[in-house]
Amino acid sequence: MDFRSKVTKVVLRVGLTLGLVCLLWLAWMATSGVAMAADPTGLGGTADAAIDYVWILVCAFLVMFMQPGFAMVGAGFTRAKNAGNFMTKNLMDFVIGSLVFFLIGYAIMMGGDWHGLWGTEGWFMLGDYYDVDAYLNMFWMLVFCATAATIVAGAVAERLKFRAYLIYSVVVSAIIYPIYGHWVWGGGWLSSLPFGLGAVDFAGSGVVHAVGGLVGLAGAIVLGPRFGRYDRNGKPQAIPGHSITLATLGVFILWFGWFGFNPGSTCNAHHLRISVIAVNTNLAAAAGGLMALLIAYWKTKKWDIGMLINGILAGLVAVTAPCAWIEGWAAIVIGLIGGMLMYASVKFLEAKGVDDPVGAVSVHGACGLWGLLSVGFFADGTYGNYSIEAPYVAGLFYGGGGEQLLAQFISVVVVAAWAFGMGYLTFKLMDMAFGIRVSPEEELQGLDILEHGTPAYPDFLTMPK
Amino acid sequence: MKKIEAIIRAERFEEVKEALKRLGYPGMTKTIVEGHGKQKGLKQQFRGTTFEVEFTPKVKLEIVVLDGDVSRTVDAITRSARTGEVGDGKIFVLPVENAVRVRTGEDGENAI
Repeated sequence: MDFRSKVTKVVLRVGLTLGLVCLLWLAWMATSGVAMAADPTGLGGTADAAIDYVWILVCAFLVMFMQPGFAMVGAGFTRAKNAGNFMTKNLMDFVIGSLVFFLIGYAIMMGGDWHGLWGTEGWFMLGDYYDVDAYLNMFWMLVFCATAATIVAGAVAERLKFRAYLIYSVVVSAIIYPIYGHWVWGGGWLSSLPFGLGAVDFAGSGVVHAVGGLVGLAGAIVLGPRFGRYDRNGKPQAIPGHSITLATLGVFILWFGWFGFNPGSTCNAHHLRISVIAVNTNLAAAAGGLMALLIAYWKTKKWDIGMLINGILAGLVAVTAPCAWIEGWAAIVIGLIGGMLMYASVKFLEAKGVDDPVGAVSVHGACGLWGLLSVGFFADGTYGNYSIEAPYVAGLFYGGGGEQLLAQFISVVVVAAWAFGMGYLTFKLMDMAFGIRVSPEEELQGLDILEHGTPAYPDFLTMPK
Repeated sequence: MKKIEAIIRAERFEEVKEALKRLGYPGMTKTIVEGHGKQKGLKQQFRGTTFEVEFTPKVKLEIVVLDGDVSRTVDAITRSARTGEVGDGKIFVLPVENAVRVRTGEDGENAI
């Protein structure tokens, strides 16, 4: 037996044992009674609370619906021979995220605080966490977690083994997302930096998008480029996706879902600021799309629809952190810069030999970091930290000095190091254990038939290219 | 009997069809094909980066005519398919040994 299959066997055994222990513990905990502090019935239901619950849940359902948006953009931007594989992966990161985040992710992210590093309670949502408030909060954080996981799929598309995808989905949902999420949203050390109001990230340019984009970058680097992405002389060749129509449907679904993602992040229907947030979200999307389209026209003399789609997403990602704290004009500027940054990042990665089939690293990674930083410049001192009461978040251009900017900058460096470092470690260890890239034959034939047994479009002739 | 195989630009197909209608023709088969001649394909772009399309989509017409009709049919196709740019296509004329009308079993020149 060779080393790799031994390692795989050991990993499987350890995993199964851990799973059994967890189940036993779960059974023991479940029979030990519900703690009295919790309210699993919803007895505290006032009219005000009911409005908030409906607001948060409807927005969470919108965020969940971003999953098909990601699936359509990713599948549309890649080839028909891998479409079934891409669909399976997008379904499975939500399946795995839903279970893992409920069982352990939420406890690490929001379950109390241990020295500003991670949470330590709320495992399996038992005891005090069997509670309507805790379940609501868990569900909100879960749909964001699944967004972070699914972003990675685009960067590693068309060549990553399915089992490697399953494992990294667990790692993102249980460790990478919850821990940085704890630092910013769960009362961790970044949120209590002594500059400004500490590092802030309204709806997750950093917590969700930069995390997903940078884990994706690590995956794309470990995997290497797809066959045909560079010609014999190393010159980049585009590999056109199989459906601009699906990709466009996807970007519209995402744009729509973002109206849950950002305004819903008030987690409070009584903050009328939600109108400002919705408008800012929309403006940045429009500005990002326009800017990317114009740059592409200037550079290539074509109205490039792929760049337009990525530009809209770039604007949305960039405005996600600042959307609650800025004026409309700032949302436009942030979106315009997002569109530019995305274009530059696509060209930079391509020149460096990093193959990101759908542009996930440029859209979510680069623009996620820009979004975090932009708070430090444009926050206008009219909205607080998820609160309509002071202290308000104020950036460099609005008399906040450089303090908030410094806090944001620290958060940018930390998330880049954390997400890229953990992502690289995860993919590299898997690669050493069982090899994360499919065989050359399988890559050329397409992943659909060999990994899943059926092509996505059996009634059509889809030529491997 | 001769078979005329014309590989033409997809966007000139309607013109060619009209020209052939005016001339009259016994029947025709149209296929969408991919290929290239001496010009070796095209450049297209996707998300800001170009790629080579080695085989470009073309329309292939197949018409079987009597020997006496070959030159005017070929002329009509040539004139109506031409743009003067690289990629206008090619016409091949092949001998046909026999033809059979499936419905009646007639063969030879009566079948076309």
